[in-house]
Amino acid sequence: MTSTATADRAETGKPMIELRAVHKWYGEFHVLKDISLQVGRGERVVVCGPSGSGKSTMIRCINRLEEHQKGQIIVDGIELTSDVKNIEAIRREVGMVFQQFNLFPHLTVLENLTLAPIWVRKMPKKEAEEAAMVYLERVKIPEQAGKYPGQLSGGQQQRVAIARSLCMKPQIMLFDEPTSALDPEMIKEVLDVMVGLAQDGMTMICVTHEMGFARTVADSMIFMDRGEIVEVATPQEFFANPKSERTKLFLSQILAH
Amino acid sequence: MSEMAEPGLVQPTEKPPAATLGAIGWLRANLFNSVPNTLLTLVALYLIVVLVPPFLRWALVDSDWTAASGKECRTAAGACWAFIGEWYRFILFGRFPYAEQWRPLLVIVVFLAMFLASCDRRLWGRSLIVIWLGGGALALTLMFGGVFGMPYVETALWNGLPLTLILAVFGMLFAFPLAILLALGRRSHMPAVHSLSVAYIELIRGVPLITILFMASVMLPLFLPSGTTIDKLLRAQIAIILFGAAYLAEIIRGGLQAIPKGQYEAADSLGLSYARKMRLVILPQALTTVIPPLVNTFIGTFKDTSLVIIIGLFDLLGTANSSLTDANWRGFYWEAYLFVGLIYWCFCFFMSKYSQYLERDLNKARRR
Repeated sequence: MTSTATADRAETGKPMIELRAVHKWYGEFHVLKDISLQVGRGERVVVCGPSGSGKSTMIRCINRLEEHQKGQIIVDGIELTSDVKNIEAIRREVGMVFQQFNLFPHLTVLENLTLAPIWVRKMPKKEAEEAAMVYLERVKIPEQAGKYPGQLSGGQQQRVAIARSLCMKPQIMLFDEPTSALDPEMIKEVLDVMVGLAQDGMTMICVTHEMGFARTVADSMIFMDRGEIVEVATPQEFFANPKSERTKLFLSQILAH
Repeated sequence: MSEMAEPGLVQPTEKPPAATLGAIGWLRANLFNSVPNTLLTLVALYLIVVLVPPFLRWALVDSDWTAASGKECRTAAGACWAFIGEWYRFILFGRFPYAEQWRPLLVIVVFLAMFLASCDRRLWGRSLIVIWLGGGALALTLMFGGVFGMPYVETALWNGLPLTLILAVFGMLFAFPLAILLALGRRSHMPAVHSLSVAYIELIRGVPLITILFMASVMLPLFLPSGTTIDKLLRAQIAIILFGAAYLAEIIRGGLQAIPKGQYEAADSLGLSYARKMRLVILPQALTTVIPPLVNTFIGTFKDTSLVIIIGLFDLLGTANSSLTDANWRGFYWEAYLFVGLIYWCFCFFMSKYSQYLERDLNKARRR
């Protein structure tokens, strides 16, 4: 209802996210080399690879937290250029969850959730709060609404962060290593929420090393190394039958125990 | 008595050694816990004994509260508080027309009310801006007059405490938003905005306030087309605003730098525009972290307003100085400066205490 224009633009069959020969450099350092990728509506993609392989940089380019220098990125029919209007339009449709949660510490949980709907979507405060409570129920912490982020555990904070993104009713969710900063006993509560989202048909790109999660939800696996996409495969194929030597080596390292 | 407690019997609780309890315990722990500390305690005690009783004798026992003239007052061995009784109205309001002095008095009350209202966090936000702009307008109306049957009073007659408060309050009120813009400008990626902000800040910070006041009062008129005059008070006020903004900007920049990059990214990824990101997410956090240096600068600005005396404006210190030149009451420096000093101290102490409370209160909720 809030975005009829985007719904018209994205006819079924057209990819939600398309990267065409994207390159990026940090100074002289070539972080992304000729990345091409298509993600369809409702598709769940898991990106893995050794640290420094450019996976975070790639998904951060999709909502322009990083700028690519060559190639094209098209999100929901809008091409990312330096046009601020386009960037803000895309960011409204793309939610992002960070490794370090990045909740706003000076606002309560409820205020964290309603900030963007009120100021960006122009939603009345009461309506935004009601919607926020629905999402807090969904991530199973409605009782924390009045607390400040600093009073919550890491797992709770990450669930609030997911709910905060969902409050914008995004078409696409990007997850940048959402469980890497969590204590082991809290990883499951966050993954459960993410599995629930996947089952509801959200278009998702997750950078993660949680291979169990990848097996459960991924439609396709992407393996990146040294700035390139080395392999794209279904999870079954990816884990049972990796083609590239680099993928094999990586899998043997992370699945060794 | 047996060595061991009987099984099943609770040992009676013992009192701690007497030397660690009560006043003696406190003295031992705080004043005499090491050799250097003991020496410092003794030196401090000696100074208190030497200095405090004579001061009290001067200020209270031997003081004269009722003398009718300076001559009579000089015969007293102690302080001449009769001088303050005679001159307090002049020190507070200066040459403001005597019959109209209820107006500057009311201005002081208005400012105090504004300060108190600002302490109430429920009013923070739009209502506080309204209170400050409204209070400021009311104060100016009372000082100027010319409406509601109040005779017009020219700014040269705005003296004493109201002048100090006006310079300080309007100085900070306008310097603060300017400082935020300068701080954001200095962190901007746009080269022109960045360089302009840096140039402004470095230029102003490299020059003493006195120089800027002199330039505003002496040099500026030379550049203006002949015939145009800008009120001297206004020129001093602008100088104070421009000066204060440069210092505040650097403090706010420090606060901005302390905000983790993730906060900017989270605000960006939610689709907040630059202005909203700054206003709703970054600045509230940045300003909270720099409350102590901000208040430090506010206190400094408040006291620095006394420098306007060199361009011929009579603020609180200026009126105190001129009261000392009266032929009859000449020379009661101690009394005049103590009186004025006490007034300055009350305002500064209030600011300092409130900022400490605010810092504790803001941190309580937000961090564990």
